[in-house]
Amino acid sequence: MSLLKSREAILALAIVALLAVIASRFPAFITPRNLAGVLTDTSPLILLALGQMAVILTKCIDLSVAANLALCGMIAALMDGMGVPLPLILLAVIALGAGLGAVNGLLVWRLGIPSIVVTLGTMTIYRGAIFLLTGGAWINAHQMSDAFKAFPRTVVAGLPVMAWIAIAIVAGFALLMLRTPLGRAFYAVGGNPHAAVYTGISVGRTQFAAFVLAGALAGLTGYLWVARYAVAYVDIAGGFELDVVAACVIGGIAIAGGAGSVVGAVMGALFLGIIKNALPVVGISPFWQMAISGSAILIAIAFNARANREAGRIILKQAEHRT
Amino acid sequence: MTDATVTPTGRQIPDRLVSPLARALKSWEMLLLIVAAAIFIANSLASPYFLDPWNLSDATFNFTEKAMIAFAMAMLIVAGEIDLSVGSAIALCSTVMGLAMAAGAGTPVLVLLGLGTGLACGAFNGLLVARFGLPSIVVTIGTMSLFRGISYIVLGDSAFTGYPASFAWFGQGYVFWVITVELVIFAIAAVIFGIVLHRTNFGRMVYAIGNNATAARFSGIRVERVKFILFLLTGLMSGIAAICLTSRLGSTRPSIATGFELEVVTIVVLGGISILGGSGSIPGVVIAALVMGLVTFGLGLLNVPGIVMSIIVGGLLIGVIALPRLWTMIRRR
Repeated sequence: MSLLKSREAILALAIVALLAVIASRFPAFITPRNLAGVLTDTSPLILLALGQMAVILTKCIDLSVAANLALCGMIAALMDGMGVPLPLILLAVIALGAGLGAVNGLLVWRLGIPSIVVTLGTMTIYRGAIFLLTGGAWINAHQMSDAFKAFPRTVVAGLPVMAWIAIAIVAGFALLMLRTPLGRAFYAVGGNPHAAVYTGISVGRTQFAAFVLAGALAGLTGYLWVARYAVAYVDIAGGFELDVVAACVIGGIAIAGGAGSVVGAVMGALFLGIIKNALPVVGISPFWQMAISGSAILIAIAFNARANREAGRIILKQAEHRT
Repeated sequence: MTDATVTPTGRQIPDRLVSPLARALKSWEMLLLIVAAAIFIANSLASPYFLDPWNLSDATFNFTEKAMIAFAMAMLIVAGEIDLSVGSAIALCSTVMGLAMAAGAGTPVLVLLGLGTGLACGAFNGLLVARFGLPSIVVTIGTMSLFRGISYIVLGDSAFTGYPASFAWFGQGYVFWVITVELVIFAIAAVIFGIVLHRTNFGRMVYAIGNNATAARFSGIRVERVKFILFLLTGLMSGIAAICLTSRLGSTRPSIATGFELEVVTIVVLGGISILGGSGSIPGVVIAALVMGLVTFGLGLLNVPGIVMSIIVGGLLIGVIALPRLWTMIRRR
């Protein structure tokens, strides 16, 4: 546990160092106002990283979250166009997201198909569904109601609602992970599936729960995304699933399952969010973002693997690396 | 647990999982052939333009580039690893070729650079997975972002165009009548990979690793080296596919070959390669590639948009794995 703590400390130091480097040339970047903006910008990544964390803890991976987000966002915009009130829209997208997650979860739980295959498939199906719904049309700002667009941006106590939602869900997730049987089950299933079965935890059911949770968060984020950027089309958040996995891996969530913390996932997301926001400030082309994310994933897994290397007696080099 | 012994000349590994599966696999390729024939007939009935030899020749472009990679990916998946970075590797190869072309390089140099960059991508993945023991799914998700990211850094939102005329031969040339260069490369690759996987010691090692990596190591197989070579092969095939695709399109954009990894994995899985490793065959992959090509071409003739085709590809990927499992679940009740 002390190792885990120290890894998060290292990540926190890395974030502080990153901010210090940026601030040394551009002091305006670390004004509270700008940092609040960075937090708001990073909220979708934080929300999805939390859901992905639950999935990865149970030895699975969900590559369909970004497509889920886009589909739910589009449905939210379409419902708004039909005059559905905002609270209903919110409930609907969360339920829809959870349903899409449940499809992934059922395929993994009931049919035992590897999660990477399932979500690689549903990723294209969900995104294709947006095209089927709209015929490829865009929904622009002027087609959305003011209440729909204003909600995530409404400033309460100095921060937009979007950031507050992220903060509330981070707190809720911390409680879930540390104080509830389900939270412990996520760790147990990923840490040692056989032992989990003997203690009466259903591995498949827990994985299902993780996918539903990730899906519900993706659904909620779908609304927030579309409302904040005031546009919905087929390709919104394209490739975002890679950033989400990157945030988790950087945050020290072990890809083999069973280890990782909410704080880590949030800091992993913030780390990427700060880089993303700093690039234009520092004057680097935003086209660098993708390569930086990729390098960050590779560095982080190499780093995690070093930290996780078993200290025990190794007769033969470990043969199986499969997750 | 099991008394699995790996003999390079022996039959299937005596593991209780394999023998019923091997029997099922024989019928799987038969089933695929029937499906391919059915789609062929349905297509020729649905569209009067289908049975034209030139149209059919065009249709092969739908799968040749992906299928080249699928052969190498099949071996990788049999060995229990996966490479999701193939589409991005194509983008990087194409970008490197574009840079060389802009600097005035001729066709031979472009081809060498394409192959070399593919090998380098494969070596990078292989090094991280085999040498440092990192999980291949995450490594290749990372390199998927990194390779294409480099293309974006180089190109931004611009593109390379104006490849030399002789370079167009790979993607647009014909060897004989309607037989394209790409189709010939595809056929040669199918034969070579079929022989390597099914008729050589190396192929037996790949199956052994996929079935039980620990047992394979105890029987003297250098697991890391085999895996490294497999990643190298996948990189090489990505390089060849990049040459064909760039030559066919005549331009390089950083978004080139986006989503290729999905279709390649779908072809492999459709071909009856177990995603958990250890079983499957190259002939299955060949037929699966034909099925995919026929499906997408037939839908294209019916004016179905590309994104709808990708839904069908995604559905195929899940359905092909889900249906046999559903079937056994229902029969057990």
